[in-house]
Amino acid sequence: MAWLLALLQTLLFIASAPLLAGWLKKVKCRLQNRRAPSLFQPYRDLRKLWRKEPIVAHPASWIFKAAPYIVLSTTVLAASIVPLIAVNLPTAKIADVVVLIGFFALGRFFLALAGMDIGTAFGGMGSSREMTVSALAEPAMLMAVFTLAMSASTTNLSVAMNYVLHTGLVLRPSFVFAMLGMMLVAVAETGRIPVDNPTTHLELTMIHEAMILEYSGRYLGMIEWASQIKLMLYGVLIVNIFFPWGIAQNFSPEALGFGALALTLKLAALTVVLGLSEVLFAKMRIFRVQEFLSFAYLLSLLGMLSHIILEVRH
Amino acid sequence: MAITELSHYQQAILLLASLIVLTSFLMLGQSRLLRLVFIFAVQGILLAITTALAADVLDSPHLYISALLTLTLKGIFIPIMLQRLVLNMGLHRDMETLPNPARVMMGGTGLVVFSYYVCLPIVKLSPLITLNTIAISMAVVLLGMLLMITRRQAVAHVVGFMSIENGLFFAAVVSTYGMPMVVELGIAFDVLVAAVLFGVFFFHIRSSIDSLDVDQLNRLNEVEK
Amino acid sequence: MALFFAYLSVVAALASGLAALAVDKSPGLGRFAHWLLRRWPKLQVRAAGVFSEAHYAEFHRNSLFVLLGISGVSAVLAGGGALFGGAVTTDTLPLGLPWLNWHIRFDALSGFFYLLIGLVLIAVSLYGPGYVREFEHGRHPLSVLGLFTGLFVAGMELVLLADDTFFFVIAWELMSVSSYFLVAFQHEHASNRRAAFLYLLMAVIGAMAIILAFGVLAGFSGGLTFDHFRTVKLTPVWASVAFVLALFGFGMKAGLVPLHAWLPEAHPVAPSHISALMSGVMLKVAVYGFIRFTFDLLDQVLWQWGGLVLVIGAASTLLGVLYAMMQHDIKRLLAYHSVENIGIIFIGLGLSLIYISEGQQQLGALALVAALLHSLNHALFKSLLFLGAGTIIHQTHEQNIEHLGGLIHRMPKLAVVFLIGTLSIAALPPFNGFVSEWLTFQAALQASGIGGGVLRSMVPTSASVLALAGALTATCFVKLYGVVFLGLPRTRRAATCHESVHRGMLAGPAWLAGLCVLLGVFPTPMIESLNVVTGQLLGVTLPGASALGWLWLTPVAPEVASYSASLVLVGILLTGWVCYQLLYRRGGLEARRADPWDCGFGGLNARMQYTATAFSMPIRRIFEPVFDVEETIEEKKSGPGNFQNTGLHYQLRVSDLAWPYLYAPVARVVTWLSRWVSRIQTGNIRTYIAYSFFTLLILLWGIS
Repeated sequence: MAWLLALLQTLLFIASAPLLAGWLKKVKCRLQNRRAPSLFQPYRDLRKLWRKEPIVAHPASWIFKAAPYIVLSTTVLAASIVPLIAVNLPTAKIADVVVLIGFFALGRFFLALAGMDIGTAFGGMGSSREMTVSALAEPAMLMAVFTLAMSASTTNLSVAMNYVLHTGLVLRPSFVFAMLGMMLVAVAETGRIPVDNPTTHLELTMIHEAMILEYSGRYLGMIEWASQIKLMLYGVLIVNIFFPWGIAQNFSPEALGFGALALTLKLAALTVVLGLSEVLFAKMRIFRVQEFLSFAYLLSLLGMLSHIILEVRH
Repeated sequence: MAITELSHYQQAILLLASLIVLTSFLMLGQSRLLRLVFIFAVQGILLAITTALAADVLDSPHLYISALLTLTLKGIFIPIMLQRLVLNMGLHRDMETLPNPARVMMGGTGLVVFSYYVCLPIVKLSPLITLNTIAISMAVVLLGMLLMITRRQAVAHVVGFMSIENGLFFAAVVSTYGMPMVVELGIAFDVLVAAVLFGVFFFHIRSSIDSLDVDQLNRLNEVEK
Repeated sequence: MALFFAYLSVVAALASGLAALAVDKSPGLGRFAHWLLRRWPKLQVRAAGVFSEAHYAEFHRNSLFVLLGISGVSAVLAGGGALFGGAVTTDTLPLGLPWLNWHIRFDALSGFFYLLIGLVLIAVSLYGPGYVREFEHGRHPLSVLGLFTGLFVAGMELVLLADDTFFFVIAWELMSVSSYFLVAFQHEHASNRRAAFLYLLMAVIGAMAIILAFGVLAGFSGGLTFDHFRTVKLTPVWASVAFVLALFGFGMKAGLVPLHAWLPEAHPVAPSHISALMSGVMLKVAVYGFIRFTFDLLDQVLWQWGGLVLVIGAASTLLGVLYAMMQHDIKRLLAYHSVENIGIIFIGLGLSLIYISEGQQQLGALALVAALLHSLNHALFKSLLFLGAGTIIHQTHEQNIEHLGGLIHRMPKLAVVFLIGTLSIAALPPFNGFVSEWLTFQAALQASGIGGGVLRSMVPTSASVLALAGALTATCFVKLYGVVFLGLPRTRRAATCHESVHRGMLAGPAWLAGLCVLLGVFPTPMIESLNVVTGQLLGVTLPGASALGWLWLTPVAPEVASYSASLVLVGILLTGWVCYQLLYRRGGLEARRADPWDCGFGGLNARMQYTATAFSMPIRRIFEPVFDVEETIEEKKSGPGNFQNTGLHYQLRVSDLAWPYLYAPVARVVTWLSRWVSRIQTGNIRTYIAYSFFTLLILLWGIS
């Protein structure tokens, strides 16, 4: 029963990820005084991509074809271990949050290899930059996780959320810093402005898009879907770790329904924040990204320090 | 005492204390003078709020007056004065090239750990939770000094100096329930005078050496090179 | 029983070395054969085949590696016996000094490292016959290579067996000196001789520190056996002196920053299967020595030691990977990664020391298990990568990765095997490198149990350094794999190479790759067996490591953290399969091949690819202070007003900061000192007689 519920939750997760992307687009368009496409436009795009004939470059090897599958499946697996609308699901035990970071790293590794597989400058450039950015983001992310884990003394997401739920509202300085650090990391890892621009059309300014420049058809569809899931994953992580209130603690239909509603509202609000920041900031030069990410690391580090200095008994 | 055993007001004091340190770090990494002054103002305002909260938690009403004083002086008056100074002197377009702000900031976290280490014996003496923040205020002082060391602009030095004063004031509030009113008023007056004097001084420096870059003062060295 | 196999392994290794000497004695054997033939003419036909020149060479070569293989298998058996049996066996051999026979002790810790040696040795013995054929007709006799390989392996195994100082040092020196000859094997290049000399020098200095460290213990205990050392009580100051000396000595051999400079010089110049043994196994023997000395022999642990080891480990991890990033020689790159991985192991050891000094034996055991597991994992994947690199060099005769490319099309099997090694070293789930790094993270995460706030903030910081290094490793191996195996071939050699014909050259790496996957997917049994080691060393085990069953890894407690690698693998495969079925099998269109996007200009060629230098450029710029960078751009201009650019020459040299800031000053001081000392060498014979005279006088005075 619980495993079935976990499976359903995962399916719900991956099915609603394009919706979040649609909502983000809507928010941004509103803020820029443009007419927004329908909320369901990402679904239509994905369906279109899946039906199209994929084109593969001549020098490509099997890695190029396998990478989208690996990226998508690691992302789906990552989605399955993150509590979405209910905690205490059995899948959360498969992997803790450190392994979650490992899943993303695995997907990224193959995507970067696929970028190098074609043997053009764009792919290599994209791979190089993507790996650099993620390498700098990793310590910040881990430090944020550490800060969280030091309070909750666990890295299991479900248990950590339970801990936050049960201690009630505590104004922890460390959580504030960890959340800010994690938000910056999320922006960098999901390739949003100001680190990367997902809608750019100039090859030289791309990071993520340069790497997947050669993909088309269903391969591109899978990668796009995976990045939508990833965006939602970071969103869910942030809202459910730092504001877990409303998440279902038992598996009764009312609790689950309320959990879904609460999550929708929380995610919608977080997306508005993201949309606002995307509208307000411009993309950075690639060598400014290191300052951005070291600031994220600084925030997480301050979170850890303030936990040690301010929050524990001496 | 762990944070979960405190009231929300006390938690809020801790939160604000950590935000004050954050503003100190932001100042370290900021290369534009106007933004530096703005962050300084934010620090002043945060300090005022903390003082007000401390007044409530520690039940010492005279701290409300200090809070008000801090707000008007460090949150509003001095920043506005510094801002006008920067604008008048045309320094707002200058960007100081910091060698590596990220590295300076990382070094700053080392200072935080150091001040924690130094303050630990004091903290252990008393169960007063706000005492934990004494390490924070020490860190603010040290970070202010670091700001002065890494900068060449005289205006940045003033901001660093004021931020040191902020740290000291904060330490006084959280560890001793605030200083006697007379002392506090005196200090506030001193700060005010210092700010005005600095303003006058800047014009003198600039009229004599045409710059506010303190490295230019090296020329006053009398030792034969 | 375990001890029998341990001896057998040593004897087989020695036999392999001795058998190698027979390689040049083929005429003698020929005479022997003729003599035999005269007596038994019936054997003539078969014997003529066996003792023909070519067949003899192959037979002989194979027999060398068969003996090494026997040594490897019996090492695995011995290690397994000690590790799973959990018994400690001791023995005394009637060798060595008259009053100090060689003491032998074989416990779980030795057994674990025996297992590690054996697993790699099996791969090397599979790989070797195909690989060394190249050297057969070269200028260097194979017998030298074979002899010193045997001695080297035997030396490493004897180090693990030793239970007294004298024997330990003899075995240690046997290991060091024989590996010196292996490094110097291709000594026609001056750079190789220089590397080998540097290696020898560092080995000697390290050995001196180790002897001094033992000397401190011996001085206080009055004996030379380890049993004496275990009972001695030291003052904290003397214990610290011994510890620092041991850290210096073993750390030098292990390649910790800043004592690592010999490693990237020496490892790449040895033949590849020797590099695999040196990087994969010999560094672990140094780790073994450190663990034996600190955790077993010293009676106390101070938190400062843990902090020191943690900082040095973190520095090695980060600097190792950053310098590796800048290397374009495939073996140098791998060698720098050894520095990084040794750093990870020492982070684990440092954490363990910190926890033990704080009285948290349980967490200390966890961190020690993480370090040990990473030692094993590193041995597996680093040997795999070195062997793979050896095959690449063997087939293409290119060591510079900028000259390779597109090998996945020409060596598809090696590409798969190498990819597994790459994924393992990049610490990606569900491979083995991830498990041990995850355990290290879990150990670091328990830092809230530490008393001192400074330490408590240091531990997470070092863990974040580990995270950074892990991500940079992934970056580095995307570079390596992408440039070597993917894209278009950059030179003709890369375009025309093919898979190795010798099956063993693939089987060796494939064996290690299989182990990498196995240990990655089912780590729990290995960790359970490591409990025996911690049980013997620290007296505690991890009771909760398999609290949810053997599919799950729960190092502290199930609610703190759990990881099920096998379910992860199943999940990834299942999801991938479902996607494949849904998107491709049910009406998905077949992919069409076309030219890659060339911005509409056409004519993409291999030189327009992203190079390894370009790939690592952002990292070089971001971490500029840790490199010694020399970058020159020469432009040739011509035409009116030098307007036209006719040529561009770009030169980049990135090197280690350890040279200009540590080694060069030390070398200067040493040279200055020796000049000063050399003043007593006047060349005048009467002065020398005067020296003897004064020495005699002083001695007489001293005696009276």
